[in-house]
Amino acid sequence: MYAQMVKSEATQDDPEKLAGFQARIDAGEKIEPKDWMPEGYRKTLIRQIGQHAHSEIVGQLPEGNWITRAPTLERKAILLAKVQDEAGHGLYLYCAAETLGVSRDELTEMLLDGRMKYSSIFNYPTLTWADMGAVGWLVDGAAIMNQVPLQRTSYGPYSRAMIRICKEESFHQRQGYHIMMKMAQGTPAQKKMAQDALNRFWYPSLMMFGPSDKDSVHSAQSMKWKIKMNTNDELRQKFVDQTVPQAEFLGLTVPDDTLCWNDEKGGYDFAEPDWSEFFDVIQGNGPCNTERRAARNKAWDDGAWVREGLIAHAAKKRAAKLAAE
Amino acid sequence: MSKEWPLWEVFIRGQHGLNHRHVGSLHAPDAEMAIKNARDVYTRRNEGVSIWVVEAAHITASSPSDKGPLYEPSESKVYRHPTFFDIPDEAGHM
Repeated sequence: MYAQMVKSEATQDDPEKLAGFQARIDAGEKIEPKDWMPEGYRKTLIRQIGQHAHSEIVGQLPEGNWITRAPTLERKAILLAKVQDEAGHGLYLYCAAETLGVSRDELTEMLLDGRMKYSSIFNYPTLTWADMGAVGWLVDGAAIMNQVPLQRTSYGPYSRAMIRICKEESFHQRQGYHIMMKMAQGTPAQKKMAQDALNRFWYPSLMMFGPSDKDSVHSAQSMKWKIKMNTNDELRQKFVDQTVPQAEFLGLTVPDDTLCWNDEKGGYDFAEPDWSEFFDVIQGNGPCNTERRAARNKAWDDGAWVREGLIAHAAKKRAAKLAAE
Repeated sequence: MSKEWPLWEVFIRGQHGLNHRHVGSLHAPDAEMAIKNARDVYTRRNEGVSIWVVEAAHITASSPSDKGPLYEPSESKVYRHPTFFDIPDEAGHM
C-alpha cells in the first residue's frame, strides 16, 4: 500500500448536498472532476493520491541504485523498463491529483520540503542484487493487493489511473519473483543472499498496509467515500496468505517463528511488525529518509535550467511562428 | 520562481480504424514535446498507432449542472429508437 495513514478531513458542507453525494457513491456512480464534492473528500483525495504519486517517484531510487550494476544486460534492460514504469505511474497519479485543483509544482514542493509523505518502505536501503528480487516480489506484491481494489474507487480519474497501473504492475512482481527464483536455486552464497533480502524486507513490507485496524483512525470516512476499499488488516492478511506459499516454493524461510496456518480462520497467524519502528520511519528517522529527500531535491534543483530553458524555447518558437504568419 | 509547463490532454488511436480516445494528461513546454512525452508515458506497450495532444486550456467542457436541460430533449423522443415501432414478424427481417 503506497498511501499510509492518510488523514481524512472532516467536512462541513450542506447536509442535503452531502446526502446526495453519498447516495451517488452508494449507487456506484463515479465522481468526476467538475462534479460537486465535499471539501473533505477533495482534500483527503489530494493527500492520498499525492502520497501515492510521490511513492512511485521516490520508489525509483532504491531500484535505480542497481541499474548500472545489474548482473546481465537483459536484467539491466528489464530493471530499466520497470523503473520507467514507476515514473509513468507517478505521472498518471499526479495528473489525477491535479484534477482536484492542486498544481503539479505545489505537489512537488510538498514532497521536497517534507509536508507530504511517501510510503515508509522506500526509506530502506537496497544492499544487494537480491533486494531487487525482494522489492519486486514483496513490495510490488503488497502494492498490488491495495491497488487492485482501488480500481473501483469512487473518484473517476483515480480509478482510471489505477486501472492503467494495475495492467502494468504484474510484470513488476513477476520479474522480482523471477530474480528470487534464480538466486534461491543458485549457489549457496546466492541463496543466502536471497534469504537475507527476504529477512530484511518482510516486516517493512507488512508495514506498507499501515497500522492495525484497531489503531487506524482514518479508515471509516474514507471507506464510506470508497477511497479506501479494504481495511489495513484485511489486506495484510491477504498478502501473507499469498506470499508464504511463494516463499516455501523458493525454499526460503519467512523470518517469523510464530507463523502457522490457522485452519479455523483459513489463513496464517503471523507476528505483527514492530510498529514503533514504523512510526519512527514515518517521522523521518528511517535508514534512508534523508538520502531520498536529498536525491529528489537535487533532481529538482539540477533540472531547473531544463524546465526554464524549454519554456523559453517554446515561447521563442511561438513568437517566430506568429511573426511569419 | 517557478513557471509550470502547461497541461496537455492526450488522445490515442489504439488500432487502425478506431477513434482517438482520451487516455490522460501530462505537462510539456510545447506540442512537439507533448507528443514525445505522450509516447513515453502512454504507449510503452504498443497501446497506439497515432497520438493527438491538445492544450488542456483549449478544451471547453459542458458543466455537470447542465445535465438536465442539455440532454432532456433526447430523452423525450423515444421514437428515435427503432424499437419504438412494432413491425409484424410476417413483414420479414427489418
